Amino acid sequence: MIATNLDRNAPQQPDPQELAAIAKELRADVLKMLNLAGSGHPGGSLGMADVFTTLWFGGHMHVDPSKPDWADRDRFVLSNGHICPILYAILARQGYFARDELWTLRQLGSSLQGHPDFHFTKGVDCCTGSLGNGVSVGLGMAMAARVQGRDYRVYVGSSDGESQEGQVWEMATAAAHHKVDNLTLMVDWNGIQIDGYTKDVMDVRDLATKFEAFGWHAQTVDGHDIGALNDALNTAKTVQGRPQVLLCRTVLGKPISFMENQPKYHGVAPSDEELAAALVELGAS
Amino acid sequence: MPDDRPRVATREAYGKALAALGAERSDIVVLDADLSGSTKTKQFATAFPDRFFNMGVAEANMIGTAAGLSFSGLTVFASSFAMFAAGKAFEQVRQEVALPRANVKICATHAGITTGEDGASHQVLEDIAIMRVLPEMRVIVPADGLETEQAIAAVAAVDGPCYVRLSRLKVPMFLPADYRFELGKAALLRQGKDVTLVGTGVTTYQCVLAAEQLASAGIRARVLNMATVKPIDTDALLAAARQTGAIVTVEEHQRIGGLGSAVAETVSELHPCPVVRLGMNDRFGESGPGDKLLEHFGLSAPSIARAATDLLTRLGRGPDA
Ligand SMILES: Cc1ncc(C[n+]2csc(CCOP(=O)(O)OP(=O)(O)O)c2C)c(N)n1
Repeated sequence: MIATNLDRNAPQQPDPQELAAIAKELRADVLKMLNLAGSGHPGGSLGMADVFTTLWFGGHMHVDPSKPDWADRDRFVLSNGHICPILYAILARQGYFARDELWTLRQLGSSLQGHPDFHFTKGVDCCTGSLGNGVSVGLGMAMAARVQGRDYRVYVGSSDGESQEGQVWEMATAAAHHKVDNLTLMVDWNGIQIDGYTKDVMDVRDLATKFEAFGWHAQTVDGHDIGALNDALNTAKTVQGRPQVLLCRTVLGKPISFMENQPKYHGVAPSDEELAAALVELGAS
Repeated sequence: MPDDRPRVATREAYGKALAALGAERSDIVVLDADLSGSTKTKQFATAFPDRFFNMGVAEANMIGTAAGLSFSGLTVFASSFAMFAAGKAFEQVRQEVALPRANVKICATHAGITTGEDGASHQVLEDIAIMRVLPEMRVIVPADGLETEQAIAAVAAVDGPCYVRLSRLKVPMFLPADYRFELGKAALLRQGKDVTLVGTGVTTYQCVLAAEQLASAGIRARVLNMATVKPIDTDALLAAARQTGAIVTVEEHQRIGGLGSAVAETVSELHPCPVVRLGMNDRFGESGPGDKLLEHFGLSAPSIARAATDLLTRLGRGPDA
């Protein structure tokens, strides 16, 4: 959404139903993209669709798709880069590139790489894919705004699996220490990673308590309640002197019945039959 | 001609070999970083749950932990994608594995361009370089499933740090049934006097195919499988330099620092001869199917044959000479 309101921190009041309809279409795009690609990560892409739809289509991101390099734009770093299909679907809908490009995901010569890379894709602010790294780059982007006297915000997508990387906590320590308050982390807390349920693979325990102990403003939100997500984003913008985190309780694969909460769909693309069934469930076929 | 031998990725053979090793030896412990399904350590994890630890998405901690386990006499295998095992944990590998000479075997999968669709962030093209530069570290890159099984047994049998580079791409089981991997030795897969093709990992098969193509043009290419990049087989390279006077190296890795560099360093000291290094030309990869990427970046048989022909032409020994 193009910045029309110069008060970037003004609360936004989008229509949740409108956003839900957009999220549904984005989910359909994600499923089609991954089916054509034959590989990739549907689980987190579907699970974070409501969160990122609220951010991008709820008026929170101050960006101009016709000027992807605009120095004062809000930044978006997808540190859990494997869920880039949802980002690509969002960027296409925002107008950064033609929707047809979505159907080339992961193919040789495509502008849409398996993990986000700004050399290939307009609207991508950071090259990610190696978990743990993007969060620090997001912190640096937020600190640059202070140095240069700009008023943009930085939103960083992350995940419970990624929070097992020590670097996330190095970033968390530094962001709080330097009182970086134009930084909002959005964590996909779905309790699943590649090898299974997070509590079995490597229990990350209560992320809210952890971030609070590190000095962050932490909100735990239902990652599929668009109204609540919007409120949480509005609240985050009012926080001063501290970084903020939205711990989004999401369901991996939502709302596809056979994908929901199934670790397998962390990283297995839907077959033709699965795609057809999923689109019927979505009501988007 | 399509190759109808069974196709196996070296990571798959690794999983099988590791489980077999676990049954033989109770001192084998395995760590993984939330990729046990992909690295294939899951087979071991299922069979020996008490000797398997999933360390989560935390590779630096995994490598340090592996070193600690080894200091009590355990033989530790640590696996992740090569990008993260070698890259993310490089400093832990140097300080806690190589320097103390820990008995840790880093078996890293999804190496190189053939990792494919995941793209540049996951296609590590620098790991041979950064592992081979470490004192004490042995670097092994098996060419097919059979060799992988033998290489895993071999690294388990020696004390000290090893880095085993494994791939996701399925390749035909092309090595003969009586093939024997020997740590530190190159395997002579084809005799030839005109030029030597040196491969490592998935590119060795491409070298074999290239040698067949060259043969039909009357060029007799020797093929060396350099499954151990470090310590490198100086005898085999000296013989290649002396007897063929022209070497082409092929790797799914940067041209800088990898197999080609190791070969060039060796022959330039012992018996200088032209060495053409095929590999990634100082650039990152991109998404696509692994086999297509090999072709795209000039690492498949036709490109190898062309490079060998060009080299011989340059030396006045081409097909028309
Ligand atoms: C440093 C690093 N290690 C390992 C991986 C491989 N990997 C990709 S996604 C993933 C699991 C991450 O967990 P999470 O983001 O919670 O998964 P999701 O909720 O999307 O299923 C792993 C281990 C990686 N991309 N980067």
